[in-house]
Amino acid sequence: MSDQSLTSSAAAPTPSNGPMLAADGTPLKKSLNRALRRQKTRALMLIAPLLIFILVTFIAPIADMLFRSVENQIVSETLPRTVVAINEWEPEETPLPPNDAFEAIYRDIFVAAEEKTHTRLGSRLNYETTGISSLFRKSGRAVDDVGERYVDAISDALPDWKGAGPWAVLGDAAHPALPGYNDAWKDFARVSTASGDDPATEKPWELLFVALAEELRAGALNEYDGPLGTELAQLSTALEPVAPVDYRAAMVEVDEDWEDPDIWATIKTYAPPFTPGYFLNAADMKYSADGIEVKQESERLYGMLFQRTLLMSLTITLATILLGYPVAFLMANLPMRISNLLMIFVLLPFWTSLLVRTSAWKVLLQQEGVINDLLVWIGLIADDGRLVMINNATGTIIAMTHILLPFMILPLYSVMQTIPPSYVRAAKSLGATNWTAFWRVYFPQSVPGIGAGSILVFIVAIGYYITPELVGGTTGVFISNRIAYHISTSLNWGLAAALGSILLVVVLILYWTYDRIVGIDNVKLG
Amino acid sequence: MADTNREDAFVVFDRVQKSYDGETLVVKDLNLSMPRGEFLTMLGPSGSGKTTCLMMLAGFETATHGEILLGGRPINNIPPHKRGIGMVFQNYALFPHMTVAENLSFPLEVRGIGKSEREEKIKGALERVQMGDFGGRRPAQLSGGQQQRVALARALVFEPELVLMDEPLGALDKQLRETLQFEITHLAHELGITTVYVTHDQTEALTMSDRVAVFDDGMIQQLASPDKLYEEPQNSFVAQFIGENNTLEGVVTEIRGDLCEIRLDNGEIIDAKPVNVSKVGERTRMSIRPERVEMNKERLQEGAHTLKAEVLEFIYMGDIFRTRLRVAGNDDFIIKTRNAPDQLRLKPGEKIEIGWLPSDCRALDA
Repeated sequence: MSDQSLTSSAAAPTPSNGPMLAADGTPLKKSLNRALRRQKTRALMLIAPLLIFILVTFIAPIADMLFRSVENQIVSETLPRTVVAINEWEPEETPLPPNDAFEAIYRDIFVAAEEKTHTRLGSRLNYETTGISSLFRKSGRAVDDVGERYVDAISDALPDWKGAGPWAVLGDAAHPALPGYNDAWKDFARVSTASGDDPATEKPWELLFVALAEELRAGALNEYDGPLGTELAQLSTALEPVAPVDYRAAMVEVDEDWEDPDIWATIKTYAPPFTPGYFLNAADMKYSADGIEVKQESERLYGMLFQRTLLMSLTITLATILLGYPVAFLMANLPMRISNLLMIFVLLPFWTSLLVRTSAWKVLLQQEGVINDLLVWIGLIADDGRLVMINNATGTIIAMTHILLPFMILPLYSVMQTIPPSYVRAAKSLGATNWTAFWRVYFPQSVPGIGAGSILVFIVAIGYYITPELVGGTTGVFISNRIAYHISTSLNWGLAAALGSILLVVVLILYWTYDRIVGIDNVKLG
Repeated sequence: MADTNREDAFVVFDRVQKSYDGETLVVKDLNLSMPRGEFLTMLGPSGSGKTTCLMMLAGFETATHGEILLGGRPINNIPPHKRGIGMVFQNYALFPHMTVAENLSFPLEVRGIGKSEREEKIKGALERVQMGDFGGRRPAQLSGGQQQRVALARALVFEPELVLMDEPLGALDKQLRETLQFEITHLAHELGITTVYVTHDQTEALTMSDRVAVFDDGMIQQLASPDKLYEEPQNSFVAQFIGENNTLEGVVTEIRGDLCEIRLDNGEIIDAKPVNVSKVGERTRMSIRPERVEMNKERLQEGAHTLKAEVLEFIYMGDIFRTRLRVAGNDDFIIKTRNAPDQLRLKPGEKIEIGWLPSDCRALDA
């Protein structure tokens, strides 16, 4: 045994076949990994703070935001009974859902109104069909009275039941013969507890009366063997003469919109927990009875905005190339002392607040502004023919070109600095004129700088917000302004998330195309 | 210069001065004329003005004063691209975004030469530098030596009469450098091109050139053929800069025609050849080439002065032995001896006597 191990270990370092072994007999790969592990761990430790920071404050919120673009649990959470009740209903066959659905929506809106979540859902569904918001608000106010006759009947028969006591007993027992009641009790208990009250002493909701009454009317007592059996029998008898509540009629009485098939179709469409609705909306499309269709011309907005954002970003990128290239060229070819001075001028805008710079453009560009005054004074334009250069696309392009110019100049400059002057000299010595030497020798080598600057400027421009907001008016705003509007004003975060996701995808596609055409290796920052 | 007639000179620098800042002259009063077909090297330490001269000739720098003539025509006001001068740069300056063939095609295209003729010339030029198969490659895919060959081919492809080379072999290793040195000289002579070659490597200058102009301090210190330059340096700078050199310092005590007597600083008296000394009492620095120092008394001239020397170090260098001695207070006195079977191998601490022919000891400026 010991003999054998001795020979095998002696033979180990240089096996004729199999993996390469280290001097101590472990596989070389493993040994190398072990040697590198410390290095890797150290590297990981060094980036860990930033990684965690980015994950927590950036990646996770963005992922959550993107998730919101398809997430739609608000409907099934706020209207759980209704979602079940209309599950089988086909809007194409019958315009309105079965009566069960009306009872379900009554109960759901009742609970939602107690929880004050019905307005939130109303606003959400209002994005899809206008009018739902007010419908829900109105229903939330009026829904208390729908089951009044059951409340009266029960209170009259057993005055004790006006208080909390018996309801809590029933609720705690949670007898399987009363599923509807148990369901309502669960909501009652949850809402009471959430607002810091004890459900055992809290005044019972009308919904509890209605739920119990419906159970009793449906003959639940036949199988009931829980507590308060005699009281329930009494109530059952007392309820017999009471006319049943017609929930459909009651809801229509609350608001006649409940008879509008569109409302129900909308609820049905947005019942699932995930929806492409926001994306459809962001692409100027919508769900309808006939499936997905493009919105009417007058309602289309986002396609135009995306197109405008891309076109204007492209214009701005071209403008920065045209203006920035000569400056970068000059800086790269001047002596260090002068080019450093120029560099300060290029960077100067960075040291001034973005808001100040944009506001300065407002002063310069407006119709009674400095530039128009100057042009009128020179006589280039008539006093009544002052140019409109602000609160439109022109204003946005001018201001953003100015603001983004350094992003073009800096990469261009650093790339140009790496082009040795001997190339142009060589070209000239070979007989090329100044222009040919520039165009055929210098320019191709500066293209990576143009690429880097363009990517930088274009991607920054495509998501720019503050400058278009301030000087863009209505014709010069970008998609980002619309996203900001949905985030902070209309509170339609799902749509904002969908628009943001589309923007992200567009940028990625452009990046990919750029990589395919120009090659990302050809982008240098110096 | 004096040995070339101004009329048939091809390249002429006439009292050329250059200043960048208006305060100091980088090139001071340069006069030079080159006949057609000559291979002239500008040799000098960095900052001596040799590259500036080349750039003025190429047209990338303008002369502050004086005139440069090319083929009898003043070219001061001709832009570089119209001078028709081929140029090879230190870092090759091959256009990285073009293939080798496109690089060579460039000078022909800007001259409006037709496609078929272009291709023919490119092929010929590439074959001339043994790079015939590399036309489709990019410069980055070539080794340093290959890039230099392509740069050479590009400078020659449009058949210029004058080619300038700015330290073209500086970035290559020794062996490759030597190979290319021969190739460049052969090509230049074969094609009969006038060449101005700039380098700071004196071996390169000596092995390649017809004439070498040694630059220092913005002036040509000596313009001569390599052998003259090595054997008859005109001043201490040239003696020091070209080849290995031993110096001894002293004062002239007597001048007798082509011989003078010098008292060294330690009191010993030796004979030397007066080159840059004119009167008795002047301080002088003598230059003796290491291989001209003799240890074998029998080989010395009758009555020659000998000096005592102490061996400090013996270095075996294969083909030769290099021995460092202390001579007349100078610890860096080197002698070189051939590695022959009967050659003495000196040991540190040995005391010997050395001597030389007075004509090999040149008394130069102090």
